[in-house]
Amino acid sequence: MKEVAVIGAGMTKFGELWGKSIKDIFVEAALKAINDAGVDHIDSMYVGSMSGGLFVGQEHLGAVMADYLGVTPIPSTRVESACASGGVSFRQAYLEVASGQSEIVLAGGVEKMTDGADVTDVLATAADQDYEVYQGITFPGLYAMIANAHMHQYKTKREQLAAVSVKNHRNGAKNPNAQFRSEISIDNVLNSTLVADPLRLLDCSPVSDGGAAVILCSMDIAKKFTDSPVRVRASAQASDTIALHSRRSLTTLDAVVRAAEKAYKQTGLKPSDINFAEVHDCFSIAEIVVTEDLGFFDKGCGGSGVEEGLTSLETGKIPINTSGGLKSKGHPVGATGVAQIIELYEQLQGKAGARQVKNAHIGMAQNMGGSGASCVIHILEAI
Amino acid sequence: MISPGYFREIPQRYRLEAGRCKKCGKVYFPPRSHCSECHSNEFETVKLSDLGKILTYTVIRVGPSNFSKETPYAVGIIEVNDGVRLTMQIADIDVNKVEIGQKVRIIFRKIQDEGKSGLHCYGYKAVVI
Repeated sequence: MKEVAVIGAGMTKFGELWGKSIKDIFVEAALKAINDAGVDHIDSMYVGSMSGGLFVGQEHLGAVMADYLGVTPIPSTRVESACASGGVSFRQAYLEVASGQSEIVLAGGVEKMTDGADVTDVLATAADQDYEVYQGITFPGLYAMIANAHMHQYKTKREQLAAVSVKNHRNGAKNPNAQFRSEISIDNVLNSTLVADPLRLLDCSPVSDGGAAVILCSMDIAKKFTDSPVRVRASAQASDTIALHSRRSLTTLDAVVRAAEKAYKQTGLKPSDINFAEVHDCFSIAEIVVTEDLGFFDKGCGGSGVEEGLTSLETGKIPINTSGGLKSKGHPVGATGVAQIIELYEQLQGKAGARQVKNAHIGMAQNMGGSGASCVIHILEAI
Repeated sequence: MISPGYFREIPQRYRLEAGRCKKCGKVYFPPRSHCSECHSNEFETVKLSDLGKILTYTVIRVGPSNFSKETPYAVGIIEVNDGVRLTMQIADIDVNKVEIGQKVRIIFRKIQDEGKSGLHCYGYKAVVI
């Protein structure tokens, strides 16, 4: 397997992009990435999208985007793993370069969620339609059940969930591409509308439009394009039962544990070697569970970790979601996993501006689908 | 989903029929054709217990389109006495009184009217006992 580098990145602003179509959004991100890398061509590309079909009635997004980006006849493949579609898109591009099949590959992701589809219904297709959704559960509802179980088992406090949203908004306020650039307080979260008890509106990531893309190539040629390529140290993926109720535990996401084990094994790194991480905070409880399952905190201690500032940009032992995370930056589902890679890329190059993590050498991105039935993890390193 | 799907799932939804692996004994609800544990393909039909307890729950305040007129309603993960876990609504209770650990009985109820056709769809819900 060849060593693989990220050599360029581009994304749209995340938010309600009323004037832009899914094609406009993807092409904007892809062109920015291509220009940033300075490549004169790409050999292949991947398009992560959870549900172009249900959100805007458009499938066959590989070909659609190759056409509108003007790169036909290169191979172009749509990748779907619910909210992990972007991370899996990046992984497919990584594997294609690592295998030697292609030299320069674009990994992209896009979602257009504000064109009128019932977003609750569309997102619910990532759960078991026949045995979860049929009964009336929603995605906030699934994570709310994880939250209640976690609060019951580990005495995690409601205020600790709120601390995740407060931290991520504080980071997102510093990110020009974030959907919400406003800081919020614990009281704001605790007084926001109940969506699925105990989760309130400000525990939930928003409905967003957005696109993100990065360019990967083999390390052998990376220096032709940039003085500061970023190395992909690990790429790992795992799956679990689609239904939350079938899991071994309601408070541990085994797909996250398994993917993390693989990523640590690939690199010889341990959790304390990771300087910062972007994790999948689709709901506040998700960040708490995931930071435990990645090994950053002991099981049951994720809530106190965020409450004590151990994951903050300013004082944290491991800053989490410096981009603002899904909560503040926005969560156009297919783009999210790629946007996490972009935050790693910018941090590792020292280009994150007001969000810059000091001494950022090794970063992790953790992206997951559904209530944790799929998870993809990447570790990137500055060289 | 269109109506053939509802017809196909009547045994499990109306009668709580599960599949038990003949080789290793693991019980699957809904029934499966391949065992994830021992990879056997041979199953026998068993009826689940209609008694269980609430492992976790939520109260849905913002519902999917088919349930938007029914909010707020409680949904939980119920472990029946055979050890199998299912997601279902917790009915006939003030949603603020639901608690983890409560004992429930599983009952036959209408679940929803299918969006486009309005087809009545039935299945199981839990009531606290």
